[in-house]
Amino acid sequence: MDFWISQVFNGVSYGALLFLLAGGLTLIFGMMHIVNMTHGSYFLLGGYVGLTVIWKTGSFPLAILVAAVAIAVLGVVQWRLFLHRLAGEELGQVLTTVGFALIFQDLALVIWGGEPYTIPAPAALTGAFNTGALYFPVYRVFMIGVAAVVALILWFVLERTRVGAMMRATVDDAEMAGGVGIDVRRISMSVFALGALLAAGAGVVAGAFVGVYPGADFEILPYAFVVVIVGGMGSLRGALIGSLLVGLLDNFGKALFPEFSYFTLFAPMAVILAVRPTGLFGRA
Amino acid sequence: MSGPAPARRLLVPLGVLVLLLAAPPFVSSYVLTLLTQSVIYAIVAMSLDLLLGYLGLASLGHAAYMGVGAYSVGILATRHGAGFGTILAVGVVLALALAAVFGLLALRATGVYFLMITLALGMVGWGLAYRWNSLTGGDNGISGVPRPALPLPWSLGEALPFYYFALAGFLLSLGGLWVIVHSPFGKSLVGIRESETRMRTLGYHVWLHKYVGFVIAGGVAGAGGVLWAYYNGFVSPADLELGTSVEVLLMVALGGRGTLLGPALGAGIIVLLKNLVSVYTHRWLLILGAAYIGTIVYAPEGIVGAVRRLAEGPAPAPARPEA
Amino acid sequence: MTRKLTLGLVVALGLAVAVAPPPAWAQQKGPIKIGFIAPMTGGAAQVGKDMVNGLMMYLAEHGNQIAGRKVEVIVEDNQGSPAVALTKLRKLVESDKVQVLAGGLFAHVGYALAPKVDEYKVPMLYPVMAADDLTQRKPTKWVVRTGWTSSQPSHPFGEYAAKTLGYKKVVTIGMDYAFGYEVIGGFQKTFEEHGGQIIQKLWAPIGTTDFAPYLSQIRKDADAVFALMVAVSSLRFPKQYENAGLKARLPLIGGGTTFDEFVLPSLGDEAIGGMSPLIYSAAIDTPINKKFVKDYRAKFGKVPSYYSETCYTAGRWIDEAAKAINGDLENREKFLAALRKVEIPDAPRGPIKLDAYGNPVQNIYIRKVEKKDGELWNTVLKVYPNVTQFWNYKPDAFMKDPVYSRDYPPCKYC
Repeated sequence: MDFWISQVFNGVSYGALLFLLAGGLTLIFGMMHIVNMTHGSYFLLGGYVGLTVIWKTGSFPLAILVAAVAIAVLGVVQWRLFLHRLAGEELGQVLTTVGFALIFQDLALVIWGGEPYTIPAPAALTGAFNTGALYFPVYRVFMIGVAAVVALILWFVLERTRVGAMMRATVDDAEMAGGVGIDVRRISMSVFALGALLAAGAGVVAGAFVGVYPGADFEILPYAFVVVIVGGMGSLRGALIGSLLVGLLDNFGKALFPEFSYFTLFAPMAVILAVRPTGLFGRA
Repeated sequence: MSGPAPARRLLVPLGVLVLLLAAPPFVSSYVLTLLTQSVIYAIVAMSLDLLLGYLGLASLGHAAYMGVGAYSVGILATRHGAGFGTILAVGVVLALALAAVFGLLALRATGVYFLMITLALGMVGWGLAYRWNSLTGGDNGISGVPRPALPLPWSLGEALPFYYFALAGFLLSLGGLWVIVHSPFGKSLVGIRESETRMRTLGYHVWLHKYVGFVIAGGVAGAGGVLWAYYNGFVSPADLELGTSVEVLLMVALGGRGTLLGPALGAGIIVLLKNLVSVYTHRWLLILGAAYIGTIVYAPEGIVGAVRRLAEGPAPAPARPEA
Repeated sequence: MTRKLTLGLVVALGLAVAVAPPPAWAQQKGPIKIGFIAPMTGGAAQVGKDMVNGLMMYLAEHGNQIAGRKVEVIVEDNQGSPAVALTKLRKLVESDKVQVLAGGLFAHVGYALAPKVDEYKVPMLYPVMAADDLTQRKPTKWVVRTGWTSSQPSHPFGEYAAKTLGYKKVVTIGMDYAFGYEVIGGFQKTFEEHGGQIIQKLWAPIGTTDFAPYLSQIRKDADAVFALMVAVSSLRFPKQYENAGLKARLPLIGGGTTFDEFVLPSLGDEAIGGMSPLIYSAAIDTPINKKFVKDYRAKFGKVPSYYSETCYTAGRWIDEAAKAINGDLENREKFLAALRKVEIPDAPRGPIKLDAYGNPVQNIYIRKVEKKDGELWNTVLKVYPNVTQFWNYKPDAFMKDPVYSRDYPPCKYC
């Protein structure tokens, strides 16, 4: 029983981290149909910016804030200058965003060097809750909490606010949305900024858990893609369920079938795609 | 696609061919290795062009087929002492088979969805190579692959004969693909790219055409992978990385999709760029990144596409999907 | 269209001529060219930098001269990929005409390069790449390993864990690839021969971000956990180990890279107490190493890692061999023989010479992470002098067994 409880807890907390990353990616996919291979770079650069802020100020919340805002600005600039004219051209999007990812990767190496770092978490978030033989690291509980709050905020914004309604209208039919006076460009830009912001914030949160190091960008990217594909592009609910599913699959796969740990991640994905090519909650 | 001056159009490719045939004995041996890499990558790039240029399908998993070909060489040549003919046949058949399986999954989707699914399938290929230790040697890969021993007057262990061997492979692939894209089948692929609905109304089995195109592309890439493994003398999971797939995609886009020769040219440019730039600076990633972005911004229809447009007036670029 | 393509061809040919080799007369007793292959971009770039720094520091200390000849180092970035390493090897040999090669990181690069090095007949030093079989069951004539074999430090450590630390039951958790198998296999072999029992073996893929699924399986009846981590996983493992409540109950020991100087500055107090064996520790208390560490810190602003030390010593190695043959590196067979004969009594890591199979015989340091003046150091607990890759087994008998793998030695007590 202990085994199952702790594995479920581990899977959920890892899924929480994935959700922070994939939530933004799914919005960008779903709303703008942009394949953004730079998403991993936002995660990496967010971690590095957060690290610098921590070194200078020692404040963890400030690190998250500064990193998220700085990378959101970066994302918007990238979108304004290059990506917005590539609507509907997947190939152009892939190549442009891969180009940016390579450039960001190398710039990060120039600026921060290649040593691996960890972001020091606040003292209150270290240690573990202990009940009998079970340990629940505080930081994992924190990650679950952050993901839950972010999910709630996103849900509220999308479903209950005017901006959210405009966003949904844009997804359903951008032309029609423009016709009724919605500033499609501005909406798209906000979505892109939001995606980058979430990824960078996730980078800081993850930085205290898995570290900040060169290569993290392309390492985490496939996971985010898998979550988005499984959940269905553009669906927030899909991203949430997809993250939990991938987190749990990854965890139980590694614990129960270590030799096949990679397949326990991709095989269910292939099955889901074979049955529902648009993912669990995606719309064709 | 009938140009106004077919004779003149043939002039340049023929000139290049003469150079590719005549120049190598006079270039340095290092340049020869880069040329060899270029013609091998050209095979893979042209096979992807069949998908991207003629079917309008951007695949992010093309390295998987190349990898199947390469691992066929690694496994059969080092552990079973198989000859070139056997290995080539097995490698191509396995690549065709893999494409046949992937195609069933991937062709259910189009556009962004197709990209994502092929990316994931490519990752499965990489994961297999990486984790299936007993078969693939895992992370260490398989080394010590001997060059093919064929009844030729020259040893393929030497750089120059192997170059001509690879060049022959390139020309055969080019010829085969040229015949395919100019056949009624190839025309139907372009038709499907332009409008699936129209082709369906005309009575074509659209899915089957796409599927056959997808499988052929995989098989040709597998043949490229066979040559690649022989050339390197070893195989490792790095050959199947996402980065390889993306790079081949760049070759096609840079050269000009839907032109066959364009992607081959793109392969040569990228191979030379990567290797020559990194001699002068360790910041070559910045330059490569800029090349990716620059291609899309300045030459979205690729080099050959841009040149043709200049030469033939403002006809629409052949392979630009509807924006 | 014709013009543009022609232009492209002219440019390509121009480039071809530009990188063509110099005529033969230019090679007469010019500078000594060392071709160095290391990752300079991507995930392992900092390791590559440590390696290059080590070599460059040695050469700078000696006026960039070896045996009276100027030295030119050509560093090529293999981008972490074996295929690229192979291309760079071709470039260094065919285009730059280097007399000697060195470098490389990761076993798959080592295996990929070895046959080609033999084909070129240009000596190549492997200061870092540690795959056991490169000097055991699949030796290569022209590869001179100046570093170590993965299992070399593990053999004495297995004995140490059983006899000195008195552990009876140990759980291992390692990176799921050849280096991990060899480090853990070597430990298991000697530990069990001295009465210990490996009661569980867990394997995590490289790049594992979350170790929780493994940590929560660790058997409670163990005396200690042996972890083999590399690079980024070394960074995250100790903290997750502590947070899972394990550190307080089960001591953490491991392979040398789990606590090496490359990650130590990035680790916190969670690493304190970790014990591991390696061919080097920056805390080795000899005048020569103290000077090395001090100079290295002054020059590069950080403590040298074993990557720095082995590449520094590789520079010395080339120097000694070149001196022995009066700088006649062009006589390759003679140079190779001289390289194999080099003995260094006073490298920063201690005395080194090659065994009959071409792997260094050297000290193995049993180290423990301690905090001194606010910094973490690998304090040396015990030195095993003159350890060979075969420990105290007979080479022939040792090599009759298969190379350490996921399933060898089998886990008898699991």
